[in-house]
Amino acid sequence: MQRNLIFVILVVIIALVMVNILHRDDNYNLKLEELKHNYALKAVPSVDHSKLPALQKEFKTPQEVTEACLSCHTETHKEVMASSHWNWERASYVEGRGISSAGKKNVMNNFCIGTNSNQQSCAKCHIGYGMTSSQFDFNNARNVDCMVCHDNSEEYLKGASMAGYPDRTVNLENVAQSVGSPRKSNCGSCHSFGGGGNNVKHGDLDVALNSCSRDVDVHMGANGMNMECVACHTAKNHNIIGKLYSVSSDNTNRATCEQCHTSTPHLREVLNRHGSRIACQTCHIPQYAKVNSTKMSWKWSDAGKLKDGKPYEEEDSLGNHNYMSIKGSFVWERNVKPDYIWFNGTADHYLLGDSIQSIPVKMNTLNGSYNDRHSKIIPVKIHVGDQIYDKVYNRLVQPKLYGDAEGDSAFWKDFNWEKAVAAGMKTSGLKYSGQYGFVETVMYWPVNHMVSPKEQSVSCAECHTRDNGRLAKLTGFYLPGRDRNVVQDSIGIWAFFLTLAAVMGHALIRIFVLIRRNKYEKQIINYDDDKPTE
Amino acid sequence: MRKVYIYKGFERFWHWTQASLIMFLAVTGFEVHGSYSIFGFEKATEYHRVASWMLIGLLIFAIFWHLTTGEWRQYIPTTKQLKEQIQFYISGIFKGEHHPTQKSELSKLNPLQRLVYLGFKIILIPLTTTSGILYMLYKTIDENNLIVIEDYPLASIAFWHTMGAILLMIFLVVHVYMTTTGKTPTSNINAMITGYEELEENENENIQNHETK
Repeated sequence: MQRNLIFVILVVIIALVMVNILHRDDNYNLKLEELKHNYALKAVPSVDHSKLPALQKEFKTPQEVTEACLSCHTETHKEVMASSHWNWERASYVEGRGISSAGKKNVMNNFCIGTNSNQQSCAKCHIGYGMTSSQFDFNNARNVDCMVCHDNSEEYLKGASMAGYPDRTVNLENVAQSVGSPRKSNCGSCHSFGGGGNNVKHGDLDVALNSCSRDVDVHMGANGMNMECVACHTAKNHNIIGKLYSVSSDNTNRATCEQCHTSTPHLREVLNRHGSRIACQTCHIPQYAKVNSTKMSWKWSDAGKLKDGKPYEEEDSLGNHNYMSIKGSFVWERNVKPDYIWFNGTADHYLLGDSIQSIPVKMNTLNGSYNDRHSKIIPVKIHVGDQIYDKVYNRLVQPKLYGDAEGDSAFWKDFNWEKAVAAGMKTSGLKYSGQYGFVETVMYWPVNHMVSPKEQSVSCAECHTRDNGRLAKLTGFYLPGRDRNVVQDSIGIWAFFLTLAAVMGHALIRIFVLIRRNKYEKQIINYDDDKPTE
Repeated sequence: MRKVYIYKGFERFWHWTQASLIMFLAVTGFEVHGSYSIFGFEKATEYHRVASWMLIGLLIFAIFWHLTTGEWRQYIPTTKQLKEQIQFYISGIFKGEHHPTQKSELSKLNPLQRLVYLGFKIILIPLTTTSGILYMLYKTIDENNLIVIEDYPLASIAFWHTMGAILLMIFLVVHVYMTTTGKTPTSNINAMITGYEELEENENENIQNHETK
């Protein structure tokens, strides 16, 4: 009776335990609900700029708008003029270089190569007016472009190759009266179009983010939280947090997932634990360039081919240019699985004038390794290509690409590398030997946006798998499910099966002996057959 | 011959629960190791973790039971008749000889069993559970946002844990086979299920019993 009772109790306990193990409801994540609630409340502006008398006038130049802004926001230009948006450089300590200023002024890339001698065109993405050359006056507050970031009418547009001035069609009065907190379209007007077209550079900053679904970006999705860029990239005193390591170097003032989600956002402890060495983005951005394609490769060495003496363009099946006479040949990709690297938040860059240390030339070096405990695995877009360099001085060179007209040495007009490089290097103040060639390059772009809904995040087995996992290329550390001690495994398997064989051999001999003895015994019984049976 | 209640209730509960947990841990563990795919990596790790906590709980109860009942004395190693016992498994068993040692409730284990089970209890299980706990808590973030256990390389934690697992599997094979070497092939397993086993009369034992009476 008592035994039966114990048995029943045990069965019940085991059943309850199994139910708890096997049945898993999605728990309610209060942290996340609070965040959603906080960001659901959108700030209402305290000022309607269309009612301000200072803005009720016809503006002849954009500088007049800036003056009108400064008539109320009297000190704000100081904040803006301290930013890298304005200065195109930022000083930081770089291992091996010391204090070094890096930014669009002097960092080279493997897209449109560099800004020097091309400012007239590149300054379309400078928050100022009139940057036609490196002689731009960075101390003139009248040239600060407030509108490009603060226009809420979506009318403002910087002109093509107008040194940062707005397009002539823009109604400045209209724009000035409708300024407010920056929206996705403001940030995206530059950050989505780096490299000369939508999503060319980043891969995760497509203009499609301006109105996308949750599947594309869980934060910005119009059917989700519909958050603006500045919700995360907050900007106290116009010092915007967040940076990208295509131009930035140090591990400060970064925008992080943890600033809202904390370092323990998961209900499952084992997932939080991953955060010690794996960035949030690694699992939560399974792919980038989800809507439009991004450039994965750019070969400048193919540039300059002409048809009937004229430049031409070719398109791939998705309608992306895969050849342009002015730029070379490209490879585009959509829905790209990121590559993964170790990164500790510090980087170095190939600055104009640096010597080539290795081939392919690393346009930026993201520091980090498994052995550095501050490093985490992050997803990156790796952009490869080739570009022009000086064979004698062994360094990348700055060609003059943009020009107003034929005959002023610009490659995009004259298609002559000799002249373009000579002009570009002269403007940059660097020697050029006259001997040029093309060298392979590689550039690393951390992927931070296009965060997927949690259901779509990278699953465990995509990394924890023997072959072809997402982290297959990252070696030098032990990843459960992927790595094993091969010697131990082989010895183990041999030992196990040899034991099994030995045991079976033992059993067979026993059975064999038993059968033989039985026969023998039966024979004895047969001899006694005539006796009466017992 | 006499029928003896040799394995107590807790002893049998402990034995079979431990056996099933170890086998379940092996199935899920080698999946985590990457040897095959049954539940999928995610489920396998989860099941493995839950089962490991259950095993740890069981081990605590078992240790308590061994200490309080004095059953731990069963595992005191001896070399007396060890050679004969090994000899029996190598040759005697084929000739139909009897076990050189006799089983009784006071001495359930033969000298070879004593040695092997002692090794199981003080080397194999501690090795596997310790490495397992280190594995489980590796890179845990504590309340102060500090990371626990990270200087010791995971590769060697995993090495020792896998080592334990392999040895346990070899133990399992031999152990299961050895149960068939009793009076009949199933008499030992039956005893571990019902608790009762038919044991031969032992003269020394009888004398002892008489003395205690």
